[in-house]
Amino acid sequence: MFAELGHYALVLAFVLAAVQAGVGYWGATRGDGRLMSIAPSAALMQLLFIGFAFAVLVRAYVTSDFSLLNVVENSHSAKPLVFKIAGTWGNHEGSMLLWVLILALFGASVAAFGANLPQKLKTLVLSVQGLIAAAFLLFVILTSNPFTRILPAPFEGNDLNPLLQDIGLAIHPPLLYLGYVGCSIAFAFAVAALIDGRIDAAWARWVRPWTLAAWLFLTAGIAMGSYWAYYELGWGGWWFWDPVENASFMPWLAATALLHSALVMEKRDALKIWTILLAILTFSLSLLGTFLVRSGVLTSVHAFASDPTRGVFILALLVFFIGGSLALFALRAPALAPGGIFAPISREGALVLNNMLLTAACATVLVGTLYPLALEALTGRLISVGPPFFNLTFGPLMIPLLLLVPFGPLLAWKRGDVYAAGQRLVFAFGAAILAALAAAALTGARGVLAILGIGLAAWLVAGALTEPAFRAKLFQAPLGDSLRRAYGFPRSVWGTMFAHLGLGVALFGIVASTAWQTETVAAMRPGGESIQVAGRTVVLDSILPRNGPNYSETVARFAVTDAGGRQIFLEPAKRVYAVRGTPTTESDIATIGFSQLYFSVGDILMDGTTTVRIYWKPLVTLIWIGPLFMILGGLLSLSDRRLRVGAPRRTRAAVVPAE
Amino acid sequence: MLQWLIMAVLTAAASIALLLPLYRNRAAGANAGAEAAIYRDQLRELDREVERGVIGPAEADAARTEIGRRLLRAADAAAPAREPASDQRRTLAAGLALVLVPVAAVGFYVAVGTPGAPDQPLAARLQVDNALGDIDAMVAMVEAHLASNPDDGEGWEVIAPVYSAAGRPNEAARAWANAIRILGSSAERETGLGSALTDINGGIVTEEARQAFERGLALDPTAIGPRFYLALGLGQEGRNEEAAAAWRALLADAPAEGAPWVPLAQAQLAMVDPTAPPPEIPAEQLQMIEGMVASLAEQLRQQPNNPEGWVMLIRSYNVLDRDAEALTALADAKAALAADPQQIANLDTLARELGLAVN
Repeated sequence: MFAELGHYALVLAFVLAAVQAGVGYWGATRGDGRLMSIAPSAALMQLLFIGFAFAVLVRAYVTSDFSLLNVVENSHSAKPLVFKIAGTWGNHEGSMLLWVLILALFGASVAAFGANLPQKLKTLVLSVQGLIAAAFLLFVILTSNPFTRILPAPFEGNDLNPLLQDIGLAIHPPLLYLGYVGCSIAFAFAVAALIDGRIDAAWARWVRPWTLAAWLFLTAGIAMGSYWAYYELGWGGWWFWDPVENASFMPWLAATALLHSALVMEKRDALKIWTILLAILTFSLSLLGTFLVRSGVLTSVHAFASDPTRGVFILALLVFFIGGSLALFALRAPALAPGGIFAPISREGALVLNNMLLTAACATVLVGTLYPLALEALTGRLISVGPPFFNLTFGPLMIPLLLLVPFGPLLAWKRGDVYAAGQRLVFAFGAAILAALAAAALTGARGVLAILGIGLAAWLVAGALTEPAFRAKLFQAPLGDSLRRAYGFPRSVWGTMFAHLGLGVALFGIVASTAWQTETVAAMRPGGESIQVAGRTVVLDSILPRNGPNYSETVARFAVTDAGGRQIFLEPAKRVYAVRGTPTTESDIATIGFSQLYFSVGDILMDGTTTVRIYWKPLVTLIWIGPLFMILGGLLSLSDRRLRVGAPRRTRAAVVPAE
Repeated sequence: MLQWLIMAVLTAAASIALLLPLYRNRAAGANAGAEAAIYRDQLRELDREVERGVIGPAEADAARTEIGRRLLRAADAAAPAREPASDQRRTLAAGLALVLVPVAAVGFYVAVGTPGAPDQPLAARLQVDNALGDIDAMVAMVEAHLASNPDDGEGWEVIAPVYSAAGRPNEAARAWANAIRILGSSAERETGLGSALTDINGGIVTEEARQAFERGLALDPTAIGPRFYLALGLGQEGRNEEAAAAWRALLADAPAEGAPWVPLAQAQLAMVDPTAPPPEIPAEQLQMIEGMVASLAEQLRQQPNNPEGWVMLIRSYNVLDRDAEALTALADAKAALAADPQQIANLDTLARELGLAVN
């Protein structure tokens, strides 16, 4: 009965979303306060119903209710509990349900926390959100329904793709979806502004926290996904310029640009039309990502569903939302009042440059992702656009951007002084030179580009630290005075510092692990000869069989002894999942400082001989520690008091519905 | 029924949530002061920025003017031209919430859903179906138990023969292997493993199976199962003399009262050694059989109208190599059943089958 109630709740949520879109728009255009007040109620109820439907589906997975087709296809009674729960969204139908749940969550958040918004704007935003929700709920109910029953029910399910039976999977998709779907709020704000025909600095401030939140989740989701690919796929790579990865990276680039342009708009009332366009593009890229991954156009671990009906349906949604919003933009944008003017050398100017480079980079990735697909569709020719293309196009766009990052925060609004900013960055420049020299000395000057890369990373880190140090007059005023000044900074200053610092930290990891990685391939057998990897002695200790709850594996146990005689054991394995009979390779990783030893084994022969692939990846963990800094920066910025003002206290009680 | 009741409650909650704000006396404020609040905050922020040096003093003055202008504009717009809330629109919206929402939701659900279909969590199904004696459910229940307790050796031992009987030798082999891993080796378990492995390979005793049988034999040299399969394996390898010796040794140990495998073993022996004597029937047994045949013959003499009885009698004489008596019985049967041409035809077929001369 619960399964059917969940199904009904989903249908009810669809009806509510339609009401929210229709009545919301009607009330907003008529200026009828009573009609408008329906929208927040509908948004909150919608979250309640979709949340209930989702809980029902999780329950079906946990209790192995094989009368649901979706559970039969993607679960198995012997699966560990955590993967039964995670399996709920480890498949097409369940993940689309999660998608609409998160959409409803954001809609309800605007309803509940949007107390500082003018009612008309808020209603229009909710109306656009309702339209998106209704469209995607219809998609779920008609083409991807997780509540489809199968009677009589079989006694066992088909289990989940073993690659996806991993704790990373439990977290990665929800984070990424929070990011993707979070972009819908900025989109809804943009469309609402276009419908309303009014846009100003206040709009930018209202839209910024939502964009920042979406950006945070996207950053976390992408970093998480990259780490999952690194340890689970067993090839030791962390980014492959795979179309599915690009699908998540493009919205991130666009959202990063949007964050910066919204700043200009908020502070200086400029770049208004551009910001609106960016907000539309960011969500369009998110939708494109959903389409690429869900329609079966691409084949990868992510593309669990290849069904032409779904592809066509998503394509229709894509055309409707992207085409519709761009048409609205073309129609209404010229009517928007242009904003303030500023000198090219200024904080605004630097942010415009940032936007140009980021959007150009985003366009590059878009071309590299879509061109092979278009070519295949038109001529049937299969080509693969891989790392060489992206290294040659994306890299050169990133280098000037990264070089300029430290300048931005040091330039003043309206009219900046490059020379003065340069003077303040002398220290950072010195740090960069030192880092490059140190790298050259340590590695015996192998790879000029890598040494320059290390310099660039040091430049970013030191440059990020320069801004607060300079503003606090560190080393110029007495220390106590500096600390007092630093204490008074708005949190967004620290946010900027950590985000830019994270960029530099990640770059350290990328450069070092790419340029100085070593790869050793050897055939080894238990008790056989030892090999040397990165100054350590590796022997194959033993081969042992081991049984997990729903798999059995053959573990190759390696003993690694470093120069100091300390010994660690690594246990990469070949695993076979009983139900699907799929073999997987389980790598094992030892973290030593910021570097990692990565072991991956090939087939293990009867006599215990196996081919082992050992990577030494210097500073590789920095690649993911960098994003952690960025996330910290984002959180600090989000908690800045600036984003909370604008809520006149007296109207608060009246706006939050009595739920 | 309960499902529809809860659906009604959910629908009512949705409708009420839409109706409440419509009929709340105090309409929500338009929040028009929100914009002005932001600009006032920006003005205050500007002072802090000048202090930090993020903006020059001259530029800050200009910015102040700009923000001031925005603030004035926002104050102008604070009282937007609003149509008065219309009661007609409210009634229409209320109708929508009360009628359209339930009708659309229920209609759509009935079209796509499976109303009344109960939940079927696996645990509950296993209990119910087991009570009904469903072998699949029993297997599923033991499997579920073993999935969470993979080290329950008795469980593996119980389910292994069930798998064999169900024609799932792969699972049987895995179950026996687990039972051996946990409970240790025994002749019975090794034999089970070996025969499952043999079944997997379509009856061929593979090297792996042979090793299992040998381990079993080592544990219990008198066990019949391992010796039977090992002899079979020798024959499959074409080592006929060794196989014949093994079969003879096995048959020599056969229990006096006979065993189901004896005829099989004799047939195998005949295959590897054509000179072997035909299967021997022990004297006692022969006596017993002859007694039974004699009583059947007597029974038929008194009540001849018994087609099945005649067939059994003819077959028995044939098996005992007493063809003359078989022929007599055939003639008697035909005489007794002459009224039924169908039975006569059956008897002729039987005679041909047994190679009896039809006269």
